[in-house]
Amino acid sequence: MFGAKGTGDTSGYGGLVRTAASTGSSERPYGSYFDEVADDLERAYPMFSEAIERVVVDRGELTLHVKREKLVEVSKILRDSLKFEMCMGVSGVHYPTDAGRELHAVYPLLSLTNNRRIRLEVSVPDLDPHIPSVVEVWAGNNWHEREVFDMFGIIFDGHPGLTRILMPDDWQGHPQRKDYALGGIPVEYKGATTPPPNERRSYK
Amino acid sequence: MTVFDPYAPSRDTTEGTVYSVTGGDWDSLVQEIGSTKEERVVVNMGPQHPSTHGVLRLVLELEGETVTEARAGIGYLHTGIEKNMEYRSWTQGTTFVTRMDYLSPLFNETAYCLAVEKLLGITQDVPERASVIRVMMMELNRISSHMVALGTGALELGAISPMFFAFREREIVLDIFEMISGLRMNMAYVRPGGVQQDLPEGAIPKIRDAVKLMRKNFKDNTTLLVGNSIWMKRTQGIGYLDLAGCTTLGITGPVLRSTGLPWDLRKMQPYCGYEDYNFDVITADTCDVYGRFLIRMNELEQSLRIIEQALDKLEKLEGAPVMVADKKIAWPAQLAMGGDGLGNSLNHIREIMGTSMESLIHHFKLVTEGFHVPAGQVYAAIESPRGELGAQVVSDGGTKPYRMHFREPSFNNLQATPAMSEGGMVADIIGAVASIDPVMGGVDR
Repeated sequence: MFGAKGTGDTSGYGGLVRTAASTGSSERPYGSYFDEVADDLERAYPMFSEAIERVVVDRGELTLHVKREKLVEVSKILRDSLKFEMCMGVSGVHYPTDAGRELHAVYPLLSLTNNRRIRLEVSVPDLDPHIPSVVEVWAGNNWHEREVFDMFGIIFDGHPGLTRILMPDDWQGHPQRKDYALGGIPVEYKGATTPPPNERRSYK
Repeated sequence: MTVFDPYAPSRDTTEGTVYSVTGGDWDSLVQEIGSTKEERVVVNMGPQHPSTHGVLRLVLELEGETVTEARAGIGYLHTGIEKNMEYRSWTQGTTFVTRMDYLSPLFNETAYCLAVEKLLGITQDVPERASVIRVMMMELNRISSHMVALGTGALELGAISPMFFAFREREIVLDIFEMISGLRMNMAYVRPGGVQQDLPEGAIPKIRDAVKLMRKNFKDNTTLLVGNSIWMKRTQGIGYLDLAGCTTLGITGPVLRSTGLPWDLRKMQPYCGYEDYNFDVITADTCDVYGRFLIRMNELEQSLRIIEQALDKLEKLEGAPVMVADKKIAWPAQLAMGGDGLGNSLNHIREIMGTSMESLIHHFKLVTEGFHVPAGQVYAAIESPRGELGAQVVSDGGTKPYRMHFREPSFNNLQATPAMSEGGMVADIIGAVASIDPVMGGVDR
């Protein structure tokens, strides 16, 4: 009953077949204001084709997949030339089966001037989880990057103080990764230790 | 060396003398500090402090009464909601998100459901009556949330009566929530595809009466606080944050509108049919706590206007569906409120238990396993009482979210605490934090 030894799926429906997300790039025209954004970015940033790996338009949203080395450069251009003044944070996604690009960081951007939204996505390998920090571009990403570090273990180089933010400072592991073992931790109170739920009973 | 004080024992460290003040007698601390030349004191405010809006910890470096550095410590209310949702079906997700920012549960649910509907590609199929009910519930929720912001904000600055009035109005709203959904908080009322159940009989006249009553009652707090010279001295010019500060810190909501920018997602990027309602975006140009207070006060009236228009629409849409027609998504049991306040639809039970085995199988599969959502990722943003609430949802085609992330306005806006309070007086931090209106359940999730 308790204890997830396999996939960490405690719901009992882990056997359901899941299909993988598509990885193709979208064709022009992208529709809506997306062509204009792509054109403007190409004009303002001549190294567009080197820095942007893929342009994906899905469900009315534009995603630019950016190489991590170019992230800060592209961000500055987007902020200053294309008027994406606000970054609404960053969230991590862990794809353990996507070899070589297991960890993704997703940045939703908002332009107050043009009333537009786009999204940046950066993917890095699990063995080298480093992404340059964009705190110097959008200071408000400070806590969001700390949260992604806390939950996924992505290290944001150049962040002014990359420490855990939600979990305790001495916590082991990064809880929102797919390979994080569920089952709880032993709790010590007044000298006695209560084992985690998956070790409490013999019926499993 | 002073005698041992049980309320303020001290020990020497490399950083200087550390006093652990646990309350009660501060005399020895004051005496000791008076004998040293240095005036720098580092004070831990919270996480158990009545005026920090829940379990927020502020680490303050003080030079006399001036704050030279302020840092916020969070995480005391982290419950792993995002992780939990990866192991539950899409419908069960609403039960989790409603518990994040517990003062605005309907906004959390709506943001989540809009994202799921976008992934499913059924945004256009959500019935109009469901959208109107969502709008009405959200605006009622905006009133109850602003009431807590105003009431507790005033209380923290020493004004007690406004809180009595504010919570009186909040009760009216919570009673309406109870009448409609059966619950006063955390109602999981908005579901992917529509809402859980239709309004009960006689709801519309009751809400109309409540709107009338609230419009009259709001005047009590207005006369107490607007233009009150003590209130203005405590709030004007406090917690200053201008437009440049807001954009670089990603601040939205009343704090952004207090810089004079009329940025409101209900107007700029309408959802749930907000483009069909007449209302004004309230701004102020003072960039301070008083401006944010005035914005919240005036938004109450705008919310009442939207509710009245929603009620007019609901009267015209009487009997229309409140859930998508697709039986692969809509919850099978058409719940109907019984005399006991909750209940199942007897007709549905008669069908699945008596006549149709297929209906029973379908019901069982949909409730236990849930529905599949096509793979992809979306970001859906709405204007919550605190700013932009964004739901970033990733699906891999399964019956559960692959990754669920909430861009919480409280979490983001709390970063502005140092910018708003450093260089000011220690007493003004309270006003600055209250004007951000952070809800720790939303900050920590």
